[in-house]
Amino acid sequence: MSVPQPTDLTCREVVELVTDYLEGVLPPDERLDFEHHLVWCSWCRDYLDHMRRTIELTGEPDDSEPPSPIREELLSAFKDWKRTRE
Amino acid sequence: MQPAVTGSAQLTDDALLVAGLRRGDEGVFTQVVTAYSKSLLRLAQDFVRTRSVAEEVVQETWLAVLDGIDRFEGRSSFKTWLFRILVNKAKTRGVREARTMPFSSLAPEGEELAVPEERFRGSDNEWPGHWAAPPRSLGTIPEERLLAREARERIVGALGMLPETQRIVVTLRDVAGWDAEDVCDVLGISEGNQRVLLHRGRSKLRAAFEQYLEEE
Repeated sequence: MSVPQPTDLTCREVVELVTDYLEGVLPPDERLDFEHHLVWCSWCRDYLDHMRRTIELTGEPDDSEPPSPIREELLSAFKDWKRTRE
Repeated sequence: MQPAVTGSAQLTDDALLVAGLRRGDEGVFTQVVTAYSKSLLRLAQDFVRTRSVAEEVVQETWLAVLDGIDRFEGRSSFKTWLFRILVNKAKTRGVREARTMPFSSLAPEGEELAVPEERFRGSDNEWPGHWAAPPRSLGTIPEERLLAREARERIVGALGMLPETQRIVVTLRDVAGWDAEDVCDVLGISEGNQRVLLHRGRSKLRAAFEQYLEEE
């Protein structure tokens, strides 16, 4: 780690730019500043890892049971539907 | 005949999933209903007045999936298509009920920090604005803890606690897998607004994830 320059982004600024960075909407010069910060700041790299992992986990399918009225009614609807296709 | 596939492959592989539904495979249908009904229900509740109406909307959505599965062309992912059907139905119901849409009054909200101020060094420090209490590296966390079901449950719990507009945007982007443009179109918000809501919502989910990581 080297000593940050006064013009560099601070970590506080980086965490507010993370979404714009992931969305690919940072203007080229800000993107460079952002990536430059990540090169020397492992803490902000960790922060970005957290964010990426959170997004992945948010998108994972649920594996717990849905509310049972929904489940039962739907299964019988599914069987009816299947019958119409045979 | 498709080869039998067990586990979640059928959920992550759209071709298998759609083929399973088309041939009337009850196991596939149960899996997909299990995987998404809670997210669909929570999202529907943001558009209509009551839980029972939201449940009806979810039912109608699944029936529409069955009705339309033969015409599904795979131009979007199954999940994206599924949530689009739900949102269309929920919006129609919401309008009929004259429920005020969450986005109809998008007053600019106050400033909201992704990370609390006290986790950064103050101006009297040699490195102001840099981490005082940095996040932990995921590399130091045991893999089984990262993969535990509870990790996801904590994030989903935090999603349920988000302000409505943030929850809708995060759900459509990160659960349903929509792109930003589709979210803006359906909700009638600008790209900038969409990003602010996404940023604030995701930042809170990350905080919940971090809190989970800190507990041992």
